[in-house]
Amino acid sequence: MKDTLVSRRAVLAGTAAAGALGLSGFPARAEPQWKKYAGTTIEANLIKGPRGELLQKYASEFTDLTGIKVESEVIPEQQQRQKAVIELTSGKPSFDVIHVSYHVQKRQFEKAGWLADLSGFMKDPNLTAPDLTVDDFSAGGLKFAQNEKGEMHSLPWSVDYFILYWNKELFAKKGVALPKTFDEMAVAAEKLNDPANGIYGFTGRGLRNANMTLWTNFFLNYGGEFLDDKGNILTDGPEAIEATKMYQRLLTKTAPPGVAGFNWMESMASLTQGRAAMWIDGVGWAPPIEDPNASRVVGKIGYALVPAGPKGQYSAAYGDGVGIAQASTKKEAAYLYCQWAVSKTMGARLLQSGGGVPFRNSVLNDDAVRKGVKMPPEWLDSVIGSAKISKLGLPVIVPVAEFRDIVGAAVTATLSGADPATELKKAHEQFRPILERSEKS
Amino acid sequence: MSTIAEPAEVTAGAKGEPQREWRPPSYWPFVLPALIVVLAVIIFPWAYTIWMSLHEWKVGSPTTFVGLANYIRLPSDARFVESVWHTLVYTALSVALPLLLGTLAAVVFHAKFPMRGFLRGLFILPMMATPVAIALVWTMMFHPQLGILNYLLSLIGLPPQLWVFHPATVIPSLVMVETWQWTPLVMLIVLGGLAAIPSEPYESALIDGATRWQIFRYISLPLIMPFLFIASMIRMIDAVKSFDIIFAITQGGPGSASETINLYLYSVAFVYYDVGYASAIVVVFFALIVALAGALLHLRQRTHWNDAGGVA
Repeated sequence: MKDTLVSRRAVLAGTAAAGALGLSGFPARAEPQWKKYAGTTIEANLIKGPRGELLQKYASEFTDLTGIKVESEVIPEQQQRQKAVIELTSGKPSFDVIHVSYHVQKRQFEKAGWLADLSGFMKDPNLTAPDLTVDDFSAGGLKFAQNEKGEMHSLPWSVDYFILYWNKELFAKKGVALPKTFDEMAVAAEKLNDPANGIYGFTGRGLRNANMTLWTNFFLNYGGEFLDDKGNILTDGPEAIEATKMYQRLLTKTAPPGVAGFNWMESMASLTQGRAAMWIDGVGWAPPIEDPNASRVVGKIGYALVPAGPKGQYSAAYGDGVGIAQASTKKEAAYLYCQWAVSKTMGARLLQSGGGVPFRNSVLNDDAVRKGVKMPPEWLDSVIGSAKISKLGLPVIVPVAEFRDIVGAAVTATLSGADPATELKKAHEQFRPILERSEKS
Repeated sequence: MSTIAEPAEVTAGAKGEPQREWRPPSYWPFVLPALIVVLAVIIFPWAYTIWMSLHEWKVGSPTTFVGLANYIRLPSDARFVESVWHTLVYTALSVALPLLLGTLAAVVFHAKFPMRGFLRGLFILPMMATPVAIALVWTMMFHPQLGILNYLLSLIGLPPQLWVFHPATVIPSLVMVETWQWTPLVMLIVLGGLAAIPSEPYESALIDGATRWQIFRYISLPLIMPFLFIASMIRMIDAVKSFDIIFAITQGGPGSASETINLYLYSVAFVYYDVGYASAIVVVFFALIVALAGALLHLRQRTHWNDAGGVA
């Protein structure tokens, strides 16, 4: 009886779980008119993965809160991106709410004007709970969601920081300490490397395109910037070359054979089977690593910040958000859904399950939320630490996919012995005209 | 005579059309559905693709007519040129190997031995599997550290291989999957051919004291040639446009070492959204398939194998 009461209250409270309920004596202004659009049906197009699935799983709570019905479609990432672009281009998308991958789509969506401006809604007390404010989102989140004029065209939902996963058992066996810098990491990887026993010092993405998310973290820590003031791409400079040399050193000398074809899946398999001592990738892989059915290293993995490079210590960040199609006729109802998606309740669930990290500071800094996190405390520390040093992991341009393919192919080529400077220069010359063409149109 | 001709003339006159000597108009309603279907699903998409290939056409941006610029871009696009080469190598291998092994298997399964039916059934199982599903299984088997293939190699004392994880071995490894899956198809076709051969030539060959190889080389092989042509044609068209296995296992990698035209085309159209350029690639790709099929047909004509009466 008590249980049902609690969960009902939590549901009703929706986004304003903590704030509004506690201060129920406040004037009506404190709560948006959740039920105003009851009876409407909205369509949400979501990306398959822990984030999209979480939204789908709890959609009935949103319906209880607002009376709005949600039809959500959850599609694998690549296909979802294609579908979104094709439908938005047609001018008549089948969805009202769209799950946006910022690191790939931000510039493309902005240039095309596909998403509705939510700034007005956010200021409207009839639509927005008082705890949802622009400055509650982390700086990185705002960089993703706001356009040049500072308008919010989506609500930042989840961020993926790159962290260092390390196998404590293997480190202890060889008496190696957790590296703080890239140079230390390379030395540590060489000490830990033991190919005769099938154990390698380091693993990570080598596959073209996928490797760019890892490589850019090296690039950032070597002082790299993606674009200059005029919007020219800068991935053939000395920073890029030095970063690539380090990447090349780690992945050719101390990584499993075949790493040039590894995506996150193969890399994670090496780590979870106890065959790799270190792995740098997104924070979201903690649940499978700590799952005894999928992993042989449960409880043995440490979580740390990506080591510092010569020019700084950053965590490459990638993120997704929820926006509303400009063509939607149900923007208010869709906005209530977006607001619910990024609410404290949903953010807490996301963080506690280890599926992602909400962009909202009020969720991350809430002790009660933190206590409910099921992952090891070190994981949470690495998340919070990474948030403070995060930088966007990919350039904000339209042809992100071409960038990842072309520069990614150059970086992969260095794994079979090609010279970093030559390869990067070649890639640069191939990519520059593509970028220029996309900015012109 | 005249009584038969008259009604036709009356029909034409009733519609008020001038008399056409080439065909009575009364046939038209029957031709129309087929014509509409052909126009809608073959002619129109083709014309539209060619139309798009003449434009700078990026999803989300306005389109501009650029003439043949997209085609001119092709030869200087290193990725495209490389992908043509990959396609040809991949196709040649995935036609030759299944053809060779499939013929061998057909000869084996043509002979009578116990459990033949059951074993034949077992042999054609790979053909029935979904390509993407088997691709995922093979991906795991190829894993250099954890895969079973390297374990099997280690049992016979061979060093571990990188399979699809190295540019030099990726295409042969993918062809291995393709061969595994499609050898049964060739086997079925050739088996049909072998079953159709009458037994007399064999009997006389045996009387003349021919060896088994001679019997195969001078009797079976020439007689199953038509079937081998059909099999290689089917295999060739399938292999040229192969997508699922490559995409699911390597996505064209490592680097772009296994990127065939089809994969590159997919990237250009659905990842870069460069529809105009992608259309130009489609047109060239289509020309390539037609050329390959044409070459094979030409070869078939020259061998005269199907000219039962020797009509040249």
